[in-house]
Amino acid sequence: MKKKVIVIGNGMVGYKFCEKLVAKGAEQFEITVFGEEPRPAYDRVHLSEYFEKQAEENLILAPREWYEENGIKLCTGELVTAISTTDKTISTHKGNQASYDYLVLATGSSPFVPPIPGVHKNGVFVYRTIEDLDAIIAYGEKMKKGGSFKASVLGGGLLGLEAAKALLDLGMKPSVIEFAPRLMPRQLDEAGAKMLQTTIEDLGIEVLTSKSTTDIRGDGRIEEMHFADGESHSTSMLVISAGIRPRDELAREAKIEIGPRGGVQVDNKMQTSAPAVYAIGEVALYQEKIYGLVAPGYDMADICVAQLLQEDKAMEGEIDMSTKLKLIGVDVASFGDAMGELQESRAIVYEDKNKGLYKRINVSLDGQKLLGGILIGDAADYNMLLQMTQLKMPLPPHPEDLILGPRNGEGAAMGGVMDLPDQALICACESVTKGNLIEAIGEKGCETIKGLCKETKASTGCGGCKPMVNDLLREALKSMGKSVKAHICEHFPYSRRELFDLISVKGIESYDQALDELGHGDGCEQCKPALASIFASLYNETAVKQETIQDTNDRFLANIQRNGTYSIVPRVPGGEITPEKLIAMGKVAQKYDLYTKITGGQRIDMFGAKLNDLPQIWEELIAAGFESGHAYGKALRTVKSCVGSTWCRFGMDESVSFAVELENRYKGIRAPHKLKGGVSGCIRECAEARCKDFGVIATEEGWNLYVCGNGGAKPKHALLLAENIDNATCIKYIDRFLMFYIKTAAPLTRTAAWLEQLEGGIDYLKQVVIQDSLGIAEELEEQMGALVNTYQCEWKQVVDNPELKQRFRHFINSEDSDDNLTFVPLRDQKMPKPW
Amino acid sequence: MEALLAQYTSVNLASVTHWYEVAPVHQFPKNGGVCVKYKGMQIAVFYFARKGQWYACQNLCPHKLEMVLSRGLLGDENGVPKVACALHKKTFSLETGENLNGDLPSIATYPVKVQGEKVFIGFKE
Repeated sequence: MKKKVIVIGNGMVGYKFCEKLVAKGAEQFEITVFGEEPRPAYDRVHLSEYFEKQAEENLILAPREWYEENGIKLCTGELVTAISTTDKTISTHKGNQASYDYLVLATGSSPFVPPIPGVHKNGVFVYRTIEDLDAIIAYGEKMKKGGSFKASVLGGGLLGLEAAKALLDLGMKPSVIEFAPRLMPRQLDEAGAKMLQTTIEDLGIEVLTSKSTTDIRGDGRIEEMHFADGESHSTSMLVISAGIRPRDELAREAKIEIGPRGGVQVDNKMQTSAPAVYAIGEVALYQEKIYGLVAPGYDMADICVAQLLQEDKAMEGEIDMSTKLKLIGVDVASFGDAMGELQESRAIVYEDKNKGLYKRINVSLDGQKLLGGILIGDAADYNMLLQMTQLKMPLPPHPEDLILGPRNGEGAAMGGVMDLPDQALICACESVTKGNLIEAIGEKGCETIKGLCKETKASTGCGGCKPMVNDLLREALKSMGKSVKAHICEHFPYSRRELFDLISVKGIESYDQALDELGHGDGCEQCKPALASIFASLYNETAVKQETIQDTNDRFLANIQRNGTYSIVPRVPGGEITPEKLIAMGKVAQKYDLYTKITGGQRIDMFGAKLNDLPQIWEELIAAGFESGHAYGKALRTVKSCVGSTWCRFGMDESVSFAVELENRYKGIRAPHKLKGGVSGCIRECAEARCKDFGVIATEEGWNLYVCGNGGAKPKHALLLAENIDNATCIKYIDRFLMFYIKTAAPLTRTAAWLEQLEGGIDYLKQVVIQDSLGIAEELEEQMGALVNTYQCEWKQVVDNPELKQRFRHFINSEDSDDNLTFVPLRDQKMPKPW
Repeated sequence: MEALLAQYTSVNLASVTHWYEVAPVHQFPKNGGVCVKYKGMQIAVFYFARKGQWYACQNLCPHKLEMVLSRGLLGDENGVPKVACALHKKTFSLETGENLNGDLPSIATYPVKVQGEKVFIGFKE
């Protein structure tokens, strides 16, 4: 007979309880979960991301199917209204009843709304659920349309600052109003809070401290807030984030013991005063405190699961409230005894107002132990410092090195991640220790970060420990004599970058020669196109030379489509085209019955061309003055442009002329992935140049050059590389940048992803490209120059050579076309018959 | 659509009743594929020039039923010769026809023989 477990509350902690119980002993229990919200549990820690994407599925912790697959009955949108601890039953607002053997209260908390007159006016919100966010977004949009942008947040704690960031993302001008004299009074000291305040004020968020709100005024909706000091503040909306109140009303009515200021009393086993009833998360009052962080909540879930399984496990006496987060792009962390209040200590403080850095560590009076600290502006060392604090590890001889970094060329002050003891807790959310991770790497053979996180669950909570897990994986594999595999495939034990250098140094000229000298076997669909790209970059050979190592599109110099026919995109540099050429293209499309569509890159794509028609089609296009557009290649696609100063009344410079010049310069150049460019004639950015691998925007004083942007699945804006430069400098920098990318990126890595992996990021790239820190600028320019000067249109090569044209026959033994093709009408054109 | 697939069944060397002469060796791309038309069927023929080995299979990819396998990239997986489909990189063993990176149905394979300059595919009538 299975024991019945009822979980009230489907928030993060309630979900975690289910996950842990299922993992350890699902077969013994029949689990039912009641959640009052309409959807399954979601990630409230990353709620502000909802403002950016507004996609709730990104936040959902597990889909409904997960509950089904694990035999959990999930009742969402159903509020539990009463508990009978004597009958061991619960009842819901729908009139349903259920009995339990074990009851888990994970009802969480609700936002505390202070009893200020006017607090119920329209335009006043709380910040907790997706519904709250939807309401804030809708109201904010309405206010913006009416021309009011002023929004306020009551409360300058963690959540309040998150809310301010969300309002900023919404396009409002937020003010944060804090009762205490400083921001984040529970986590930061005065100097740290001041630094944080300055940084976020620079970002456009106003901060008002020592403000006690007495009154909210306005005609039906909020217009003004009044403070005890007599001042007032006008605002069109207000988000309240003034702390939390445990949702203990159910327990209270069931006569379960409640703390004097709320919260369900639990012991160190999460046991409440009622038998077989447990409380976990923000509703639980443990050691006279409520814990509003996710890590202690997860620990409580773990302890509670252990009770159900009759294991002997209890909550720690001291709950760690250390926290690290990125607030509005600013790293903020506080750990251990952050303010040095719990025991006597000496503080070491480092402050750099110029860079917005504040670091403080509290050292025990004997100078032996780290007790806690605060990091603002740069929290890269948080994990290591936290471990040193929690494990009471010995301090280095000069503890100040911990925040100042090593000097005089000495090694790192705190050692590497491998120096930590095995019990060091790397992922606090999921309680994963260094020992767990090492075991997973060594004994279970997890050799990728993805595999390791899947196996151990590390980094699946807040994700803050990811860099540390990454380091640990790399170091552990290294110590086992392995390295994180960057080999391009089983045939070549090298990364693309290594192959690029080896092929260049050894002067290897063909794929077969490369296999003989550097690899083994017959190759595959991964290494062949990767090496084809390297040969193209080194020798500027077109895809025609070694056609059978090219990816399908390159082999046939066209884009294969769903039914095995091809599409054709002639080059239209900068999107500028004469009426005569448009007519010529139209005639070709008409003759070969091609579906035509304008592309996003300002060109024309013609679909449905049969393989054996390609050479003839191109003969006609070339006769009309077209050349290959390389839409099929990992090569430069287009340089998109706006019309620029030649026609536009706002234009600052000739964007089309420059786009045509750039497109003609880089056309045909093969790269690890496709390349796109853009040129805008003014700051209005009509060419969307910042969504491109390189983008140029005209200013009053020249061009601003942006690099490493892309649209697609992971959109990313390009970053500023250089400002107010002239045409020649712009070309010089793009030459260097592209060649550096071509030589060093992994296969099929766009520039944005390449930059993400480039240690030092955009600052490093600036050093290489502008300051020439590696001393390779001249070489890069020469290499690019060689590519530019040896350009050939590969379609012209084919059209001029009868033997090459033979490659495009569908059958080796017949001139027929593929007889398996069927098209159906689509509007006034055609499309392949659906699969 | 099933009718299309049903046209293709593997032929092993022992059961060949007819050797169809395709074309001379020099017309085949090295380490690449071509497509052969034979009695309403499309057969892909691959020439692994490094080892002098030849393979043939249906040109129809069982994934989306398009005539594209001859245009795929050749290679090997742990020594097993394979072709990667031109559309979605589904890979198939050219020895057994088995789908190596998924659970698609196997493709039909055919024996190839080379006599002098002539390349033949074996069929069972």
